[in-house]
Amino acid sequence: MSLHIADSGAPAQPDGIPDYPMPRAAGCPFDPAPALRDLRAEAPLVKVRTWDGSTPWLVTRHAEQRALLADRRISADVTRPGYPHVTAASRERRLRTRAFIGMDDPEHARLRRMVTAPFAIKRVEALRPAIQRIVDRLIDDMLAGPKPVDLVQAFALPVPSLVICELLGVPYADHDFFQRNTRVLVNRDQPPEAMREAVDALIDYLERLVAEKLAHPAADLLSKLGVEQVRRGELTAHELAVTGMLLLVAGHETTANMIALGTLALLEHPDQLAALRATDDPKLIAGAVEELLRYLSIVHSGRRRVALEDIEIGGRVIHAGDGVIMANEVANRDEDVFTDPDRLDVHRDARGHVAFGFGVHQCLGQPLARVELQVVYGTLYRRVPGLRLAVDRDQVPFKHDGLIYGVYELPVTW
Amino acid sequence: MRVSVDREKCVGSGQCVLSAAGVFDQSDEDGIVVLLDESPPADVHMDVRRAASLCPALAITVTES
Ligand code: HEM
Ligand code: SF4
Repeated sequence: MSLHIADSGAPAQPDGIPDYPMPRAAGCPFDPAPALRDLRAEAPLVKVRTWDGSTPWLVTRHAEQRALLADRRISADVTRPGYPHVTAASRERRLRTRAFIGMDDPEHARLRRMVTAPFAIKRVEALRPAIQRIVDRLIDDMLAGPKPVDLVQAFALPVPSLVICELLGVPYADHDFFQRNTRVLVNRDQPPEAMREAVDALIDYLERLVAEKLAHPAADLLSKLGVEQVRRGELTAHELAVTGMLLLVAGHETTANMIALGTLALLEHPDQLAALRATDDPKLIAGAVEELLRYLSIVHSGRRRVALEDIEIGGRVIHAGDGVIMANEVANRDEDVFTDPDRLDVHRDARGHVAFGFGVHQCLGQPLARVELQVVYGTLYRRVPGLRLAVDRDQVPFKHDGLIYGVYELPVTW
Repeated sequence: MRVSVDREKCVGSGQCVLSAAGVFDQSDEDGIVVLLDESPPADVHMDVRRAASLCPALAITVTES
Protein backbone atom coordinates (compact mmCIF):
# COMPACT_ATOMS: atom_id res chain seq x y z
CA MET A 1 0.00 0.00 0.00
CA SER A 2 2.71 2.49 0.94
CA LEU A 3 4.64 1.81 -2.24
CA HIS A 4 1.54 2.37 -4.29
CA ILE A 5 0.92 5.71 -2.61
CA ALA A 6 4.54 6.77 -2.95
CA ASP A 7 4.28 6.03 -6.65
CA SER A 8 1.36 8.35 -7.00
CA GLY A 9 3.09 11.33 -5.45
CA ALA A 10 2.16 11.32 -1.76
CA PRO A 11 5.21 10.98 0.46
CA ALA A 12 4.29 7.95 2.57
CA GLN A 13 5.77 7.72 6.05
CA PRO A 14 7.40 4.47 7.21
CA ASP A 15 4.14 3.60 8.97
CA GLY A 16 2.30 3.82 5.63
CA ILE A 17 0.28 6.88 6.61
CA PRO A 18 0.39 9.38 3.73
CA ASP A 19 0.87 13.10 4.21
CA TYR A 20 -2.13 15.34 3.58
CA PRO A 21 -2.81 17.57 1.69
CA MET A 22 -1.33 16.13 -1.48
CA PRO A 23 -0.20 18.07 -4.53
CA ARG A 24 -2.28 18.25 -7.70
CA ALA A 25 -0.58 16.88 -10.81
CA ALA A 26 1.30 19.38 -12.99
CA GLY A 27 -0.80 20.21 -16.03
CA CYS A 28 -4.09 19.07 -14.42
CA PRO A 29 -5.10 22.12 -12.38
CA PHE A 30 -8.81 21.22 -12.31
CA ASP A 31 -8.39 17.66 -11.06
CA PRO A 32 -7.93 16.48 -7.48
CA ALA A 33 -4.48 15.30 -6.42
CA PRO A 34 -3.76 11.89 -8.01
CA ALA A 35 -2.79 10.46 -4.62
CA LEU A 36 -6.17 11.48 -3.23
CA ARG A 37 -7.96 9.57 -5.96
CA ASP A 38 -5.81 6.51 -5.35
CA LEU A 39 -6.84 6.63 -1.70
CA ARG A 40 -10.47 6.89 -2.80
CA ALA A 41 -10.08 3.77 -4.88
CA GLU A 42 -8.66 1.95 -1.87
CA ALA A 43 -11.09 2.80 0.91
CA PRO A 44 -13.89 5.19 1.88
CA LEU A 45 -11.80 6.39 4.79
CA VAL A 46 -8.11 6.30 5.57
CA LYS A 47 -5.78 7.87 8.11
CA VAL A 48 -3.57 10.71 6.90
CA ARG A 49 -0.82 12.72 8.55
CA THR A 50 -1.23 16.51 8.68
CA TRP A 51 1.01 19.54 9.38
CA ASP A 52 1.12 19.09 13.17
CA GLY A 53 1.83 15.36 13.05
CA SER A 54 -1.72 14.40 13.95
CA THR A 55 -3.45 11.60 12.01
CA PRO A 56 -7.11 12.40 11.35
CA TRP A 57 -9.35 10.34 9.08
CA LEU A 58 -9.68 11.39 5.49
CA VAL A 59 -13.09 10.52 4.04
CA THR A 60 -12.84 10.03 0.29
CA ARG A 61 -16.27 8.95 -0.95
CA HIS A 62 -19.50 10.81 -1.55
CA ALA A 63 -21.84 8.53 0.44
CA GLU A 64 -19.67 8.48 3.56
CA GLN A 65 -19.06 12.25 3.41
CA ARG A 66 -22.78 12.96 3.25
CA ALA A 67 -23.53 10.50 6.04
CA LEU A 68 -20.87 11.94 8.34
CA LEU A 69 -21.65 15.59 7.63
CA ALA A 70 -25.29 14.95 8.57
CA ASP A 71 -24.36 12.91 11.67
CA ARG A 72 -24.99 14.55 15.05
CA ARG A 73 -22.10 12.57 16.54
CA ILE A 74 -19.73 14.76 14.51
CA SER A 75 -18.75 18.22 15.77
CA ALA A 76 -17.65 21.38 13.94
CA ASP A 77 -16.58 23.00 17.21
CA VAL A 78 -13.12 24.42 16.50
CA THR A 79 -12.25 24.63 20.21
CA ARG A 80 -12.51 20.86 20.79
CA PRO A 81 -9.32 18.88 21.26
CA GLY A 82 -8.74 16.77 18.17
CA TYR A 83 -10.34 19.26 15.75
CA PRO A 84 -8.12 18.96 12.66
CA HIS A 85 -7.12 22.54 11.89
CA VAL A 86 -5.83 23.25 8.37
CA THR A 87 -2.62 24.98 9.51
CA ALA A 88 -1.33 26.87 12.55
CA ALA A 89 -2.42 30.12 10.90
CA SER A 90 -5.89 28.82 10.21
CA ARG A 91 -6.22 27.63 13.84
CA GLU A 92 -5.22 31.12 14.97
CA ARG A 93 -7.97 32.64 12.87
CA ARG A 94 -10.72 30.16 13.75
CA LEU A 95 -10.10 30.48 17.49
CA ARG A 96 -9.71 34.25 17.44
CA THR A 97 -12.98 34.85 15.63
CA ARG A 98 -15.21 31.92 16.34
CA ALA A 99 -18.27 32.34 14.16
CA PHE A 100 -21.19 29.89 13.93
CA ILE A 101 -19.40 27.93 11.20
CA GLY A 102 -17.16 26.68 14.02
CA MET A 103 -19.92 25.86 16.55
CA ASP A 104 -22.44 23.08 17.12
CA ASP A 105 -26.17 23.30 17.71
CA PRO A 106 -27.92 24.75 19.62
CA GLU A 107 -25.43 27.69 19.56
CA HIS A 108 -24.92 27.32 15.80
CA ALA A 109 -28.65 27.18 15.02
CA ARG A 110 -29.41 30.23 17.16
CA LEU A 111 -26.85 32.39 15.36
CA ARG A 112 -27.42 30.99 11.86
CA ARG A 113 -31.18 31.54 12.11
CA MET A 114 -30.69 35.23 12.83
CA VAL A 115 -29.16 35.68 9.37
CA THR A 116 -31.06 33.07 7.34
CA ALA A 117 -34.04 35.09 6.06
CA PRO A 118 -32.08 37.40 3.72
CA PHE A 119 -30.59 34.35 1.98
CA ALA A 120 -33.94 32.67 1.30
CA ILE A 121 -34.55 31.82 -2.36
CA LYS A 122 -37.24 34.46 -2.95
CA ARG A 123 -35.28 37.21 -1.24
CA VAL A 124 -32.19 36.45 -3.31
CA GLU A 125 -34.19 36.14 -6.55
CA ALA A 126 -35.38 39.70 -5.89
CA LEU A 127 -31.74 40.82 -6.05
CA ARG A 128 -31.21 39.34 -9.53
CA PRO A 129 -31.91 42.58 -11.47
CA ALA A 130 -29.49 44.52 -9.25
CA ILE A 131 -26.84 41.82 -9.70
CA GLN A 132 -27.42 41.91 -13.47
CA ARG A 133 -26.86 45.68 -13.44
CA ILE A 134 -23.61 45.31 -11.49
CA VAL A 135 -22.36 42.64 -13.91
CA ASP A 136 -23.33 44.69 -16.98
CA ARG A 137 -21.67 47.83 -15.66
CA LEU A 138 -18.42 46.02 -14.87
CA ILE A 139 -18.40 44.49 -18.36
CA ASP A 140 -19.06 47.96 -19.89
CA ASP A 141 -16.08 49.34 -17.97
CA MET A 142 -13.88 46.43 -18.99
CA LEU A 143 -14.80 46.75 -22.66
CA ALA A 144 -14.13 50.49 -22.56
CA GLY A 145 -10.74 50.08 -20.87
CA PRO A 146 -7.31 48.86 -21.99
CA LYS A 147 -6.60 45.22 -22.73
CA PRO A 148 -5.31 42.76 -21.71
CA VAL A 149 -6.90 43.01 -18.30
CA ASP A 150 -6.76 40.90 -15.15
CA LEU A 151 -10.23 39.37 -14.96
CA VAL A 152 -9.83 38.76 -11.21
CA GLN A 153 -9.38 42.45 -10.33
CA ALA A 154 -11.59 43.89 -13.05
CA PHE A 155 -14.53 41.55 -12.66
CA ALA A 156 -14.38 38.38 -10.56
CA LEU A 157 -13.71 40.12 -7.23
CA PRO A 158 -15.84 43.26 -7.70
CA VAL A 159 -19.05 41.34 -8.55
CA PRO A 160 -19.48 39.46 -5.25
CA SER A 161 -17.82 42.24 -3.22
CA LEU A 162 -20.29 44.84 -4.47
CA VAL A 163 -23.21 42.49 -3.80
CA ILE A 164 -22.23 41.48 -0.27
CA CYS A 165 -21.29 45.08 0.66
CA GLU A 166 -24.72 46.25 -0.42
CA LEU A 167 -26.45 43.48 1.48
CA LEU A 168 -24.48 43.91 4.71
CA GLY A 169 -24.10 47.68 4.55
CA VAL A 170 -20.31 47.67 4.28
CA PRO A 171 -18.99 50.69 2.32
CA TYR A 172 -17.57 49.33 -0.96
CA ALA A 173 -15.08 52.21 -0.90
CA ASP A 174 -13.22 50.19 1.74
CA HIS A 175 -12.74 47.21 -0.59
CA ASP A 176 -8.95 47.59 -0.85
CA PHE A 177 -8.75 47.26 2.91
CA PHE A 178 -10.99 44.22 3.35
CA GLN A 179 -9.84 42.41 0.22
CA ARG A 180 -6.20 42.82 1.25
CA ASN A 181 -6.88 41.39 4.72
CA THR A 182 -9.12 38.66 3.34
CA ARG A 183 -6.26 37.57 1.10
CA VAL A 184 -4.24 36.89 4.26
CA LEU A 185 -7.14 35.06 5.90
CA VAL A 186 -7.63 32.60 3.08
CA ASN A 187 -3.96 31.77 2.59
CA ARG A 188 -3.08 28.64 4.50
CA ASP A 189 0.66 29.29 4.59
CA GLN A 190 0.63 32.60 6.48
CA PRO A 191 2.73 32.99 9.63
CA PRO A 192 0.30 33.07 12.60
CA GLU A 193 1.50 36.63 13.35
CA ALA A 194 0.33 37.95 9.99
CA MET A 195 -2.94 36.09 10.42
CA ARG A 196 -3.50 37.64 13.83
CA GLU A 197 -2.91 41.13 12.43
CA ALA A 198 -5.30 40.65 9.53
CA VAL A 199 -8.01 39.14 11.73
CA ASP A 200 -7.71 41.93 14.30
CA ALA A 201 -7.81 44.59 11.60
CA LEU A 202 -11.00 43.15 10.13
CA ILE A 203 -12.73 42.64 13.48
CA ASP A 204 -11.79 46.12 14.58
CA TYR A 205 -13.20 47.49 11.32
CA LEU A 206 -16.46 45.57 11.69
CA GLU A 207 -16.86 46.53 15.34
CA ARG A 208 -16.58 50.19 14.41
CA LEU A 209 -19.05 49.67 11.60
CA VAL A 210 -21.52 47.95 13.94
CA ALA A 211 -21.25 50.86 16.40
CA GLU A 212 -22.00 53.24 13.54
CA LYS A 213 -25.03 51.18 12.45
CA LEU A 214 -26.35 51.15 16.00
CA ALA A 215 -26.06 54.93 16.13
CA HIS A 216 -27.50 55.49 12.63
CA PRO A 217 -29.39 52.41 11.43
CA ALA A 218 -29.90 52.10 7.67
CA ALA A 219 -31.76 49.53 5.54
CA ASP A 220 -29.00 46.91 5.57
CA LEU A 221 -28.43 43.59 7.35
CA LEU A 222 -25.89 44.84 9.91
CA SER A 223 -28.30 47.64 10.92
CA LYS A 224 -31.23 45.27 11.11
CA LEU A 225 -29.34 42.83 13.31
CA GLY A 226 -28.05 45.71 15.38
CA VAL A 227 -31.54 47.01 16.02
CA GLU A 228 -33.33 43.66 16.38
CA GLN A 229 -30.73 41.60 18.18
CA VAL A 230 -28.00 43.71 19.77
CA ARG A 231 -30.28 46.35 21.24
CA ARG A 232 -32.51 43.63 22.71
CA GLY A 233 -29.53 41.88 24.23
CA GLU A 234 -29.87 38.74 22.05
CA LEU A 235 -26.45 39.27 20.51
CA THR A 236 -23.39 41.26 21.61
CA ALA A 237 -21.89 43.87 19.29
CA HIS A 238 -18.77 41.70 19.10
CA GLU A 239 -20.80 38.62 18.05
CA LEU A 240 -22.42 40.70 15.34
CA ALA A 241 -19.01 41.87 14.13
CA VAL A 242 -17.81 38.24 13.98
CA THR A 243 -20.91 37.17 12.04
CA GLY A 244 -20.47 40.16 9.73
CA MET A 245 -16.88 39.17 9.10
CA LEU A 246 -17.90 35.58 8.25
CA LEU A 247 -20.46 36.85 5.74
CA LEU A 248 -18.12 39.43 4.25
CA VAL A 249 -15.24 36.99 3.79
CA ALA A 250 -17.32 33.95 2.73
CA GLY A 251 -19.45 36.22 0.57
CA HIS A 252 -16.76 37.43 -1.80
CA GLU A 253 -13.72 35.13 -1.85
CA THR A 254 -15.63 31.99 -2.80
CA THR A 255 -17.77 33.40 -5.60
CA ALA A 256 -14.82 35.39 -6.98
CA ASN A 257 -12.80 32.18 -7.33
CA MET A 258 -15.71 30.41 -9.00
CA ILE A 259 -15.93 33.24 -11.54
CA ALA A 260 -12.24 33.34 -12.46
CA LEU A 261 -11.47 29.61 -12.25
CA GLY A 262 -14.79 28.78 -13.94
CA THR A 263 -13.93 31.10 -16.81
CA LEU A 264 -10.53 29.45 -17.22
CA ALA A 265 -12.13 25.98 -17.16
CA LEU A 266 -14.62 27.03 -19.83
CA LEU A 267 -11.91 28.57 -22.00
CA GLU A 268 -10.15 25.20 -21.85
CA HIS A 269 -13.37 23.40 -22.82
CA PRO A 270 -14.50 25.38 -25.88
CA ASP A 271 -17.44 23.06 -26.64
CA GLN A 272 -18.86 23.66 -23.16
CA LEU A 273 -18.28 27.39 -23.44
CA ALA A 274 -20.02 27.40 -26.82
CA ALA A 275 -23.04 25.59 -25.35
CA LEU A 276 -23.30 28.20 -22.62
CA ARG A 277 -22.83 31.12 -24.99
CA ALA A 278 -25.48 29.83 -27.39
CA THR A 279 -28.26 29.60 -24.82
CA ASP A 280 -30.54 31.89 -22.91
CA ASP A 281 -32.29 28.96 -21.24
CA PRO A 282 -32.09 29.71 -17.50
CA LYS A 283 -32.31 25.95 -16.77
CA LEU A 284 -29.19 25.20 -18.79
CA ILE A 285 -27.32 28.10 -17.19
CA ALA A 286 -28.39 26.99 -13.70
CA GLY A 287 -27.26 23.45 -14.55
CA ALA A 288 -23.90 24.74 -15.75
CA VAL A 289 -23.42 26.53 -12.42
CA GLU A 290 -24.02 23.27 -10.53
CA GLU A 291 -21.65 21.41 -12.85
CA LEU A 292 -18.87 23.98 -12.41
CA LEU A 293 -19.38 23.91 -8.63
CA ARG A 294 -18.96 20.12 -8.77
CA TYR A 295 -16.10 20.06 -11.24
CA LEU A 296 -14.04 22.79 -9.57
CA SER A 297 -14.85 22.06 -5.89
CA ILE A 298 -12.99 25.22 -4.89
CA VAL A 299 -13.33 24.85 -1.12
CA HIS A 300 -10.56 22.26 -1.34
CA SER A 301 -9.21 22.18 2.21
CA GLY A 302 -11.81 19.68 3.35
CA ARG A 303 -14.79 19.99 5.67
CA ARG A 304 -13.16 19.52 9.07
CA ARG A 305 -14.83 17.84 12.02
CA VAL A 306 -14.11 15.92 15.22
CA ALA A 307 -16.00 12.81 16.40
CA LEU A 308 -17.96 13.09 19.66
CA GLU A 309 -18.62 9.34 19.92
CA ASP A 310 -17.36 6.17 18.27
CA ILE A 311 -18.84 5.93 14.78
CA GLU A 312 -18.79 2.79 12.66
CA ILE A 313 -18.69 3.61 8.98
CA GLY A 314 -17.22 2.22 5.77
CA GLY A 315 -15.84 -0.82 7.58
CA ARG A 316 -13.85 1.32 10.04
CA VAL A 317 -14.44 2.79 13.47
CA ILE A 318 -13.89 6.50 13.97
CA HIS A 319 -13.17 6.86 17.68
CA ALA A 320 -14.47 9.66 19.86
CA GLY A 321 -11.95 12.50 19.66
CA ASP A 322 -10.62 11.55 16.20
CA GLY A 323 -10.35 14.33 13.64
CA VAL A 324 -12.23 13.82 10.37
CA ILE A 325 -11.58 15.56 7.02
CA MET A 326 -14.07 15.36 4.15
CA ALA A 327 -12.36 16.21 0.85
CA ASN A 328 -15.14 17.45 -1.43
CA GLU A 329 -12.99 17.50 -4.55
CA VAL A 330 -12.80 13.67 -4.62
CA ALA A 331 -16.40 13.11 -3.51
CA ASN A 332 -17.51 15.31 -6.39
CA ARG A 333 -15.59 13.03 -8.76
CA ASP A 334 -17.08 9.85 -7.28
CA GLU A 335 -18.00 7.55 -10.16
CA ASP A 336 -20.67 5.84 -8.05
CA VAL A 337 -22.59 9.14 -8.15
CA PHE A 338 -21.50 10.94 -11.33
CA THR A 339 -21.05 9.19 -14.66
CA ASP A 340 -17.72 9.93 -16.30
CA PRO A 341 -16.94 12.25 -13.36
CA ASP A 342 -13.80 13.85 -14.80
CA ARG A 343 -15.67 15.25 -17.76
CA LEU A 344 -16.92 18.83 -17.52
CA ASP A 345 -20.42 18.55 -18.95
CA VAL A 346 -22.75 21.52 -18.51
CA HIS A 347 -25.70 19.38 -19.59
CA ARG A 348 -25.46 16.87 -16.75
CA ASP A 349 -27.54 16.95 -13.57
CA ALA A 350 -24.83 17.74 -11.01
CA ARG A 351 -27.11 18.81 -8.15
CA GLY A 352 -26.00 16.02 -5.85
CA HIS A 353 -22.54 17.61 -5.43
CA VAL A 354 -21.14 18.46 -2.02
CA ALA A 355 -19.40 21.68 -3.11
CA PHE A 356 -21.52 23.61 -0.58
CA GLY A 357 -20.98 20.92 2.05
CA PHE A 358 -23.80 18.91 3.63
CA GLY A 359 -25.48 18.77 7.04
CA VAL A 360 -26.43 21.73 9.19
CA HIS A 361 -23.42 23.79 8.10
CA GLN A 362 -24.23 23.55 4.41
CA CYS A 363 -23.50 26.93 2.86
CA LEU A 364 -25.87 29.64 4.02
CA GLY A 365 -25.00 31.85 1.05
CA GLN A 366 -25.65 29.22 -1.63
CA PRO A 367 -28.78 30.87 -3.07
CA LEU A 368 -26.82 34.12 -3.46
CA ALA A 369 -23.77 32.38 -4.93
CA ARG A 370 -26.03 30.57 -7.42
CA VAL A 371 -27.74 33.73 -8.65
CA GLU A 372 -24.42 35.61 -8.91
CA LEU A 373 -22.86 32.79 -10.92
CA GLN A 374 -25.93 32.33 -13.12
CA VAL A 375 -25.87 36.02 -14.01
CA VAL A 376 -22.12 36.00 -14.60
CA TYR A 377 -21.91 32.80 -16.68
CA GLY A 378 -25.05 33.80 -18.56
CA THR A 379 -23.73 37.27 -19.42
CA LEU A 380 -19.93 37.48 -19.64
CA TYR A 381 -19.30 35.07 -22.53
CA ARG A 382 -22.20 36.40 -24.59
CA ARG A 383 -21.17 40.01 -24.18
CA VAL A 384 -17.46 39.29 -24.72
CA PRO A 385 -17.58 36.52 -27.34
CA GLY A 386 -13.88 36.77 -28.20
CA LEU A 387 -12.77 36.35 -24.58
CA ARG A 388 -9.46 34.47 -24.37
CA LEU A 389 -6.36 34.07 -22.24
CA ALA A 390 -3.71 36.75 -22.80
CA VAL A 391 -0.88 34.51 -21.51
CA ASP A 392 0.09 30.84 -21.81
CA ARG A 393 -1.87 28.60 -19.51
CA ASP A 394 1.42 27.62 -17.81
CA GLN A 395 1.77 31.19 -16.63
CA VAL A 396 -1.54 31.35 -14.80
CA PRO A 397 -0.82 31.32 -11.04
CA PHE A 398 -3.08 28.84 -9.22
CA LYS A 399 -3.95 29.10 -5.54
CA HIS A 400 -2.32 25.84 -4.47
CA ASP A 401 -1.66 27.47 -1.09
CA GLY A 402 -5.20 28.79 -0.74
CA LEU A 403 -7.85 27.62 1.69
CA ILE A 404 -10.06 28.20 -1.31
CA TYR A 405 -8.80 27.16 -4.74
CA GLY A 406 -8.72 29.49 -7.72
CA VAL A 407 -6.32 31.68 -9.66
CA TYR A 408 -4.46 34.72 -8.34
CA GLU A 409 -4.83 36.48 -11.65
CA LEU A 410 -6.30 35.75 -15.04
CA PRO A 411 -4.96 38.01 -17.79
CA VAL A 412 -7.52 38.03 -20.59
CA THR A 413 -8.11 39.84 -23.84
CA TRP A 414 -10.81 39.70 -26.58
CA MET B 1 -47.43 10.58 -1.47
CA ARG B 2 -47.35 12.31 1.92
CA VAL B 3 -44.73 14.94 2.74
CA SER B 4 -43.74 16.35 6.11
CA VAL B 5 -41.05 18.80 7.19
CA ASP B 6 -39.26 19.32 10.49
CA ARG B 7 -38.89 23.05 11.01
CA GLU B 8 -36.63 22.47 14.01
CA LYS B 9 -34.07 20.66 11.89
CA CYS B 10 -34.29 22.95 8.82
CA VAL B 11 -31.28 25.21 8.19
CA GLY B 12 -32.89 27.31 5.44
CA SER B 13 -30.64 26.11 2.62
CA GLY B 14 -33.40 26.60 0.05
CA GLN B 15 -32.62 23.33 -1.77
CA CYS B 16 -36.25 22.18 -1.45
CA VAL B 17 -37.62 25.43 -2.92
CA LEU B 18 -35.23 25.12 -5.87
CA SER B 19 -36.29 21.51 -6.46
CA ALA B 20 -40.08 21.80 -5.98
CA ALA B 21 -41.26 25.39 -5.64
CA GLY B 22 -44.94 24.50 -5.56
CA VAL B 23 -44.50 22.22 -2.59
CA PHE B 24 -41.96 24.07 -0.45
CA ASP B 25 -41.44 27.71 0.44
CA GLN B 26 -39.43 29.58 3.07
CA SER B 27 -40.87 31.87 5.70
CA ASP B 28 -40.22 35.60 5.21
CA GLU B 29 -39.66 35.85 8.92
CA ASP B 30 -36.74 33.43 9.38
CA GLY B 31 -36.04 31.68 6.06
CA ILE B 32 -37.15 28.32 7.50
CA VAL B 33 -39.11 25.84 5.35
CA VAL B 34 -42.88 26.14 4.92
CA LEU B 35 -44.74 23.15 3.49
CA LEU B 36 -47.28 24.28 0.90
CA ASP B 37 -48.70 20.92 -0.11
CA GLU B 38 -48.58 17.82 2.03
CA SER B 39 -49.97 15.53 -0.65
CA PRO B 40 -48.51 16.87 -3.90
CA PRO B 41 -49.77 15.73 -7.32
CA ALA B 42 -48.03 12.89 -9.16
CA ASP B 43 -46.29 15.12 -11.71
CA VAL B 44 -44.06 16.62 -9.01
CA HIS B 45 -43.27 13.44 -7.07
CA MET B 46 -39.82 13.16 -8.66
CA ASP B 47 -39.04 16.74 -7.68
CA VAL B 48 -40.19 16.16 -4.12
CA ARG B 49 -38.04 13.04 -3.77
CA ARG B 50 -35.18 15.07 -5.13
CA ALA B 51 -35.81 17.82 -2.55
CA ALA B 52 -35.77 15.24 0.24
CA SER B 53 -32.49 13.76 -0.95
CA LEU B 54 -30.84 17.18 -1.36
CA CYS B 55 -32.02 18.55 1.99
CA PRO B 56 -28.78 18.91 3.98
CA ALA B 57 -30.58 18.82 7.33
CA LEU B 58 -32.57 15.63 6.57
CA ALA B 59 -35.66 17.66 7.46
CA ILE B 60 -37.99 16.34 4.75
CA THR B 61 -39.82 13.02 5.08
CA VAL B 62 -41.60 11.49 2.12
CA THR B 63 -44.01 8.60 2.60
CA GLU B 64 -44.98 6.84 -0.60
CA SER B 65 -48.52 5.51 -0.68
C1 HEM C 1 -19.58 29.55 -4.90
C2 HEM C 1 -19.47 30.09 -3.78
C3 HEM C 1 -19.45 29.38 -2.44
C4 HEM C 1 -18.98 28.13 -2.10
C5 HEM C 1 -18.35 27.08 -2.99
C6 HEM C 1 -19.23 27.99 -0.66
C7 HEM C 1 -18.92 26.84 0.07
C8 HEM C 1 -19.24 26.65 1.39
C9 HEM C 1 -19.03 25.41 2.12
C10 HEM C 1 -18.39 24.15 1.56
C11 HEM C 1 -19.49 25.59 3.38
C12 HEM C 1 -19.54 24.54 4.49
C13 HEM C 1 -18.46 24.67 5.50
C14 HEM C 1 -18.45 23.51 6.48
O1 HEM C 1 -19.30 22.63 6.42
O2 HEM C 1 -17.56 23.48 7.33
C15 HEM C 1 -19.98 26.95 3.46
C16 HEM C 1 -20.52 27.52 4.59
C17 HEM C 1 -20.90 28.84 4.65
N1 HEM C 1 -20.97 29.75 3.61
FE1 HEM C 1 -20.50 29.41 1.71
N2 HEM C 1 -19.81 29.13 -0.19
C18 HEM C 1 -19.97 30.01 -1.25
C19 HEM C 1 -20.54 31.26 -1.20
C20 HEM C 1 -21.01 31.87 -0.07
C21 HEM C 1 -21.61 33.17 -0.02
C22 HEM C 1 -21.86 34.08 -1.21
C23 HEM C 1 -21.90 33.41 1.31
C24 HEM C 1 -22.53 34.58 1.99
C25 HEM C 1 -22.95 35.62 1.60
C26 HEM C 1 -21.50 32.24 2.06
C27 HEM C 1 -21.65 32.11 3.43
C28 HEM C 1 -21.43 30.94 4.13
C29 HEM C 1 -21.67 30.80 5.55
C30 HEM C 1 -22.20 31.87 6.48
C31 HEM C 1 -21.33 29.48 5.89
C32 HEM C 1 -21.41 28.84 7.27
C33 HEM C 1 -22.69 28.09 7.42
C34 HEM C 1 -22.81 27.36 8.74
O3 HEM C 1 -21.81 27.07 9.38
O4 HEM C 1 -23.95 27.09 9.14
N3 HEM C 1 -20.97 31.33 1.20
N4 HEM C 1 -19.83 27.57 2.23
S1 SF4 D 1 -33.83 21.79 1.86
FE1 SF4 D 1 -34.07 21.20 4.02
S2 SF4 D 1 -32.74 22.62 5.14
FE2 SF4 D 1 -33.02 23.47 3.11
S3 SF4 D 1 -34.75 24.88 3.34
FE3 SF4 D 1 -35.59 22.93 2.64
S4 SF4 D 1 -36.12 21.85 4.51
FE4 SF4 D 1 -34.79 23.50 5.12
